[in-house]
Amino acid sequence: MSRDAASWYESTARARIGDLLDDGAFTEFLPPGERATSPHLALFDLPEAFDDGIVVGRGRLDGRDVFVAAQEGRFMGGAFGEVHGAKLVGLLRAAFEIRPAAVLILFDTGGVRLQEANAGETAIAEIMRAICEARIAGVPVIGVVGGRAGAFGGGGLIAGTCSGLVATEQGRIGVSGPEVIETNHGVEEFDARDRALVWRTTGGKHRALTGGADAFAEDAAAELRSAALGLMDAAAPFDAGTLRAEHDRLAGRLERFGSAQDAPEIWRDLGVTEDVPALDTAEFGAVLDRIGGRHGAR
Amino acid sequence: MAQDDILARLFPEGHDVRVADGIATGTAPLGDATATVIGIADATPLGVEGALSLAGAVLAAVERGDAAPILVVIDSGSQRMRRRDELLGLNEYLAHLAKSLRLAEARGHPTIGVIHGHSAAGAFIATALATRMLVGVPGANPTVMDLPSVARVTTLPLDRLEALARDTAVFAPGLDNMVAVGAVHRVLDAEAPLGAQLAGLLAEMPDRDDRDRLGAERGGRPKAAEIAARVVEAARDA
Repeated sequence: MSRDAASWYESTARARIGDLLDDGAFTEFLPPGERATSPHLALFDLPEAFDDGIVVGRGRLDGRDVFVAAQEGRFMGGAFGEVHGAKLVGLLRAAFEIRPAAVLILFDTGGVRLQEANAGETAIAEIMRAICEARIAGVPVIGVVGGRAGAFGGGGLIAGTCSGLVATEQGRIGVSGPEVIETNHGVEEFDARDRALVWRTTGGKHRALTGGADAFAEDAAAELRSAALGLMDAAAPFDAGTLRAEHDRLAGRLERFGSAQDAPEIWRDLGVTEDVPALDTAEFGAVLDRIGGRHGAR
Repeated sequence: MAQDDILARLFPEGHDVRVADGIATGTAPLGDATATVIGIADATPLGVEGALSLAGAVLAAVERGDAAPILVVIDSGSQRMRRRDELLGLNEYLAHLAKSLRLAEARGHPTIGVIHGHSAAGAFIATALATRMLVGVPGANPTVMDLPSVARVTTLPLDRLEALARDTAVFAPGLDNMVAVGAVHRVLDAEAPLGAQLAGLLAEMPDRDDRDRLGAERGGRPKAAEIAARVVEAARDA
């Protein structure tokens, strides 16, 4: 299979970086040989990973100098532990100093790693702050959401801090996962086994239609690459104008859709009468163009 | 501590903070300035409306351009765990609040978090943990997840987790553990006037995010600061 045809969803963190960036252009920081492992998992008799489930480094995207972080969803669900989080904090602080053309975050995470919950949660706060600071320095931070674990928990908050987000249909974005909501409020509130309900509530199509993602792409590296490049060029500055525009956008969404019971009600209100889950990427792209393309500032 | 009591102790000269649906906004004198006060009361979970309203108060302060302090006074639940909040994109509302606080800081507003009750998960990250300096009042109880829930998710026996929690700060609930990982800069002295302590903090705001360094010094996060620094070094050499 050519790299452009490989499924992003099925892929691994390292393969995603290889498929996304220009050939041979990636230098990993703290590669597995440096054994940056969790100091805490052994307490729980859990196996460690030599990269703690995240790959960070520098490469080229269409010839442009970029920093990249890719989470490995197959290790602890891509969750943020102390070292995992610190690698991303370090990458963002380096971006503030070195000013690459962009930082790309390839999300694949369920959120905080519970065995290291306090360290993971603090790391998420540090990452969000470091993203803001990189953006203030003029470095766009672009998120790609298309992995198995999506971008959930603190990962969803980090995604919302980025300058721009591209999602695939499988790229789910949220805070509380369906299972957590069902556990807290019952199956009547959210039936986590109803896969169609899960996708239409948190999946990439719903996020792209309502503004939770700025671009939508096929589940393939070539599509995600061109979407990410587009978002790099379109990134809004981190200033009062951008956040005021985001505020108005979020207030407008709440006013317009706050009493909607389910996603199709929102889609119809947006003038989308098609069967959204059944649309292929080209058809769905035409719908996005028709209802007004980019959602703007974040 | 009830919100009225904590506000009275933090702002002994008075304040005009009002609480509606658990969301607090207003102003209060602090040092020589009139601070903007936002907060969450009564362990209220933070949903889309609350996050938007708090962010609105922060952006209004930014747009006034007075560079006055912004205080974030927290006794919250977790993020509101409802299907409707997720449908509407709660992650964006919470991130918007955190970004607004960071923007305020960039515009010269010192931002100080005060946790005096509970807080957890997304609500904690978007509020108290998004300030430049976070202090705790004794008795505060920040958590990521309570131990019975951790036991369920990790399938570890609760008694084993409770034993582990006595020896490591990294996963167990509680203010002391959040101090140990560096998330909480310091704990206020409950016996001394809180207002004077709060005003005193304005003179010692850290000039950068120093939480990983604090976590290393206090032993709660032994590796984070070193790992982040090594990544920065490697990036300089690349």
